[in-house]
Amino acid sequence: MARIDLVDLAHSYGGPAAPEDSFALKPVSMTWRQGGAYALLGPSGCGKTTLLNLISGIVAPTTGKILFDGVDVTSLTTRERNIAQVFQFPVIYDTMTVGQNLAFPLKNRGVPRAQIDARVAEIAGLLDLEPYLRRKATRLTADAKQKISLGRGLVRSDVAAVLFDEPLTVIDPHLKWELRSKLKALHRALDLTMIYVTHDQTEALTFAETVVVMHDGRVVQAGTPEELFDKPMHTFVGYFIGSPGMNIMPAEVKGREARINGHVIALNRSYDSLPVGAKIEIGVRPEFVNVAMPAPGLLSAQIDRIDDLGRARFARLRVGDVKFAARVPVGFAVPADQVGLIFDTSHVHVYADSHLVEGAP
Amino acid sequence: MDKTVNQKAWLLVLPVFLIVAFSAILPLMTVVNYSVQDTFGNNQFFWNGLGWFKELLDPSTDLGSRFFASLWRNLLFSGIILAIEVPLGIVVALSMPRQGWGVAACLVILALPLLIPWNVVGTIWQIFGRPDIGLLGYVLNHMGFDYNYVSNDFDAWATVVVMDVWHWTSLVTLLCYAGLKSIPDAYYQAAQIDGASRWAVFKAIQLPKLHRVLLIAVLLRFMDSFMIYTEPFVVTGGGPGNSTTFISIELVKIALGQFDLGKAAALSLVYNLIIIIVCWVFYTVMTNAGADRQANKGVA
Repeated sequence: MARIDLVDLAHSYGGPAAPEDSFALKPVSMTWRQGGAYALLGPSGCGKTTLLNLISGIVAPTTGKILFDGVDVTSLTTRERNIAQVFQFPVIYDTMTVGQNLAFPLKNRGVPRAQIDARVAEIAGLLDLEPYLRRKATRLTADAKQKISLGRGLVRSDVAAVLFDEPLTVIDPHLKWELRSKLKALHRALDLTMIYVTHDQTEALTFAETVVVMHDGRVVQAGTPEELFDKPMHTFVGYFIGSPGMNIMPAEVKGREARINGHVIALNRSYDSLPVGAKIEIGVRPEFVNVAMPAPGLLSAQIDRIDDLGRARFARLRVGDVKFAARVPVGFAVPADQVGLIFDTSHVHVYADSHLVEGAP
Repeated sequence: MDKTVNQKAWLLVLPVFLIVAFSAILPLMTVVNYSVQDTFGNNQFFWNGLGWFKELLDPSTDLGSRFFASLWRNLLFSGIILAIEVPLGIVVALSMPRQGWGVAACLVILALPLLIPWNVVGTIWQIFGRPDIGLLGYVLNHMGFDYNYVSNDFDAWATVVVMDVWHWTSLVTLLCYAGLKSIPDAYYQAAQIDGASRWAVFKAIQLPKLHRVLLIAVLLRFMDSFMIYTEPFVVTGGGPGNSTTFISIELVKIALGQFDLGKAAALSLVYNLIIIIVCWVFYTVMTNAGADRQANKGVA
């Protein structure tokens, strides 16, 4: 159990001489709190697995340091680091029984027999593996195997952190829910720091207290699911999280006004000192824009189609050339081609070169 | 649904059938024919029934004693070379580099013995081991070892065994190397995470994953060593005495040396039968292991 600090950590598979643009992980500094449940979220190839492997020591960083409770572990091997990791595909020791598989990490570290048995029984109980303890692990289904992998990750009570690398990829959808809530329960029961890598936002948002969003080798935002939803620090976060994603449109912003196609939208805060020459955009989630009958004073949009998501209906629109999504209020009869848009101005954000700009009150 | 029956398909099998008939079935029938007859030359044959087989399987006769002696020699030889080549092959495969230029270099060096014709291998070791002009024999004798494969049974066996190890360990190594390469990295990473020692990694991951290639390696090496002829024939000629006379050498002696066609034919058939039975047992074991794995995937 430990706090994990990353100090200017970066990794390049092409060696330190490669240009920074090509780094799989661009320099990052952050802290992972002891006992926290974190999710590393991002599209494939964004560097999240690299970051995970750096923490576990499978990959050595090109630059920077990793501290466990303030102790520099950068040069330690995986074996010396006292960390657990569960991989995307189940890793099973073929010749062993389920029980022996679970006991393996403890046995290798010379834990006394009685203690091993107790801990294995506990973990097997938590994962519903008790009936299989004496069975050969090779004869089980893929999700039972992945449960064993999870169990091997959780069996050590003294690890600095348990890292999960998209562990539910091979699991059937209906079991995914079950295992995910199981993991959450395990997190509460075992008081372990858990870092969970995924490209599935539902998985990340349901599992984690803190979601770390990565994009193109950079950590673009770390925050609670609410923060990511309400105040995306980067247009990528806005677009990646939420379904449909945040609307991003180029605008001219001056003071408390944003101007789109000559139409003015009032802003809640004042933006006077925007960087010169930067690409200015406004971002607003579809949940905070309502469609209405076209009227003077409303930004008008062309309707492409209406998506009925059950709980809510979203209109897929076009403002000029920019695609846009907005909520259709309950009971609203959508006109054939044109609608007006009503913005909830407290949720309109301004971005300069894709990064959030905090306006003055 | 009924399958379409097309009798013309038999025509497509015909060429293969003809080739097999001429290359395997007809010669085999000739041998069967010889094995139940006796001849005193002049192309005159007499019916002998199962006489040769009875004699062959009765250790109190000359033929039987020679057959059983060479059979035990063969089994001992196969046992020894398997006990050396399989572990040695695994160790070499484990210590080979995984990437970089070293891989290509190792593969080329390992493949070399496999590319040398068998009687050339025999000739190399025949000369290499000679006490008068051979590097190995000369050096050993000058170091004080009384090494002479022509006169000493043990030396002859050692030479034949070392030669076979030199010739064929590469095969086991290459198979194991391919098997090792196919183990996903995640297994090694998981083992590191689990704090496994080098030995534990070998026992828990590598050896179980090599299971299948090792079965193939053992099968190939057993068959080959059980049928060995050329190399010992070139090096020792079956001697000193009969000490390195394996079944194939005995067979040639009976068939071409004494021209006892009936005895040789009976011996051939029994020899063939042993090999087929061993093959069948190995094949069954392997497919059962495979079926096991398939069944697992089915469940998954």
